[in-house]
Amino acid sequence: MRVVVDYDLCESNAVCMGIAPEVFEVRDDDFLYVLQENPPEELRAKVEEAVQRCPKQAIKLED
Amino acid sequence: MTPAITIVGASLAGMHAARTIRRDGFDGRIVVIDADAHLPYDKPPLSKQVLSGEWGPERVTLPAVSEDLDLDLRRARRATALDVATRTVTLDGGEQVAADGVIVATGCAARRLPGQPDLPGVHLLRTLDDSLAVRAGLDAGPRRVVVIGAGFIGAEVAAACRGRDIDVTMVEVADVPLERVLGRQMGLVCAELHREHGVDLRLGTGVSAIEGDERVERVVLSDGEVVEADVVVVGVGVAPTTGWLDGSGLTIDNGVVCDDTLLAAPGVVAAGDIARWPSRRYGELLRVEHWENAVQMGEVAGRRLLAEVGRDADEVPVYDPVPWFWSDQYDRKIQLAGRSGPDDTVAVVHGSLEERRFVALYGRAGRAVGVLGMNRPRHVMALRQLLEEGASWDDALVFAEGLG
Repeated sequence: MRVVVDYDLCESNAVCMGIAPEVFEVRDDDFLYVLQENPPEELRAKVEEAVQRCPKQAIKLED
Repeated sequence: MTPAITIVGASLAGMHAARTIRRDGFDGRIVVIDADAHLPYDKPPLSKQVLSGEWGPERVTLPAVSEDLDLDLRRARRATALDVATRTVTLDGGEQVAADGVIVATGCAARRLPGQPDLPGVHLLRTLDDSLAVRAGLDAGPRRVVVIGAGFIGAEVAAACRGRDIDVTMVEVADVPLERVLGRQMGLVCAELHREHGVDLRLGTGVSAIEGDERVERVVLSDGEVVEADVVVVGVGVAPTTGWLDGSGLTIDNGVVCDDTLLAAPGVVAAGDIARWPSRRYGELLRVEHWENAVQMGEVAGRRLLAEVGRDADEVPVYDPVPWFWSDQYDRKIQLAGRSGPDDTVAVVHGSLEERRFVALYGRAGRAVGVLGMNRPRHVMALRQLLEEGASWDDALVFAEGLG
């Protein structure tokens, strides 16, 4: 699975980071960084939840 | 026979419920009914990107619309009654839709001011049509906009106006904006934020009249002052849309009262702004009007209903989140997690109020109960996690210190 963030949509609410800190990090510059573009399968449930709960629907998951 | 489900309300909660039900493999009929004529849409941008002009109305359509959910979507149809015993929804025009399960997700409607006139130029802001009407008013180059109510919607409208260099007077009947939610100190920070951006903010001031002949021309304040305005936006809160449920047998008390699995009656669940549930975490009935609450409740209500209509549910989840929301005003992102109140202890644990970049913790009876952030999303999310764990005030202070 591959995590794709649309940075034109992302508003750095950091919800994704709250759900899957292994994959998403909002840093002090207020920008979101994807720590693992291809996270391991065991993180799928968390990443899917982050996709669902992003207030800007800025995250997509590609298989 | 394959069971059928009716969802009343095609906004965030209803559409997330629909998506959850389909993704969990429900292959029966799903009828979704909404009074709004537009395709289901997201509401936060209505007071932000749509007003600022950054986004066209097509961008607010919910992503679920383009997913293949096989929904029988009835737009511009108002539900007028629900019969709980037969799970039958009556629509305007008399048509009846029977189902095995019903999701009540009709949300809230914006409150009007007492005596608010139906003059062109006077707006509420709740629906996409409301937002487009306000935007058209701003596009027309008003001399001045008056925003009534300095809550989050009013604040975002004022910010959108200032972003377009439009003069704004914001009138708030309370002495401190948002004091009931944020407390006095943080409410005053919000007030200052508006003033720094050129908003003419009138606190402790009510509205005596909104006047004009063909369209709105002026607002008369409670202190007698007259403010000339071409656009007036009333942002004085919302009320649950429960009128159609009178006589349904559901318990209606400031929303649809349900249990902590969101069940309101056999075969009937509620979700989103309309649903009031007993929070285990807070020990009280809660009704929350936030975006994320609608998403999560839609999911939980959908799963709960699947169990009701006889599908194998793994387990019936209990709904017990720490509420969270955000508001974008000027170049600031305000986020609030938890349940803060005016009498809580408040400590600024990161940054400074002067920089308008800070994190404040709220504490009550030895526990951390809320966190407010201004342009500090990382800290808010970390501390929200701590709230979910029920951290003590002292532990939360230590933890916040370590966040750097």
